[in-house]
Amino acid sequence: MRLQISSQLAIFAIIELAAHPERQLTVGEIGAKYGASNHHLAKIMHILGRAGLVRSIRGVGGGYQFSGNARRTTLLDVIELFEDLSPASVGQASSGSGTAEGRALHLVLGEIDDATRATLGSITLDTLCALAAREGARAAAREP
Amino acid sequence: MTKRGGKKRTPAPPPRTAAIPAGAPGRARLIRRVRRGDLEAIIALDTRTTGLSKDSHWRELVERGGRSRRENEFVFLVAVSDDASASLSGFIVGEVRAWEFGSAPCGWVYAMAVEPALREQHVGEHLLAAVATEFRRAGVKKMRTMVAKDNRLPMLFFRGEGMMAGPYIQLEKDLE
Repeated sequence: MRLQISSQLAIFAIIELAAHPERQLTVGEIGAKYGASNHHLAKIMHILGRAGLVRSIRGVGGGYQFSGNARRTTLLDVIELFEDLSPASVGQASSGSGTAEGRALHLVLGEIDDATRATLGSITLDTLCALAAREGARAAAREP
Repeated sequence: MTKRGGKKRTPAPPPRTAAIPAGAPGRARLIRRVRRGDLEAIIALDTRTTGLSKDSHWRELVERGGRSRRENEFVFLVAVSDDASASLSGFIVGEVRAWEFGSAPCGWVYAMAVEPALREQHVGEHLLAAVATEFRRAGVKKMRTMVAKDNRLPMLFFRGEGMMAGPYIQLEKDLE
């Protein structure tokens, strides 16, 4: 599956902040690491802020700080702020959807949608931070 | 289609009671093999956490856990407070299963519960680590479990402990 760029950037930004909840980062600092424009990232941070996952700190040294619960917020919670991952309904108009074959295909595709949602809904920000740390350590160990 | 065993069994170490390592987060607790005297507290905890009462199921498992001290292939561990009350904080049940549809022997965790008031105090983490130690002693290198997709708390727990989706897909069918 492919995530929209906004969803991906939102996950990267929130992982940066959740990994060190006491730290504040500017959109420029986050954007520099992930190759995102300040303008795009500012929009994303605004949406994350409205959802209560980050808060904006004003003034010198200001930026964004994580304000959610990293052990209870899942990737699905973040992604659904930016895109709709709900399974297509059976009645949704598409070629052949009214036929028995169309309904059979819908059942199979529904399985895939369910698995996608279940996987994204089972990984918390805390778990993804741990996975990222593990991957970072592996990469460092491979370096000569 | 299930073939069990096949591997020569090595003598298991004697039953042990492991203190949670000094400096480990959470309150002082002991992890040990289940005893008959734990049965009532296990039934009560399971009933409280699942909303289902299944006394005979737990009686059978506790009996089995008590009998299997010479082997590591069936493991029933409890976490109890390290004080005079020795009250039950949680339990975990696992078993080494072999060659199911070609799967190499692995440790299956198929039941676990933590006293709700003691959650987020690392009880589950210590129980899972203890059962993993038993599985390693039994010679297996992989641990598995199965959790309903919408059973959020255990799902987040096992994921948080580093468990990832495996190479099998669970299949089922309505029997009409």
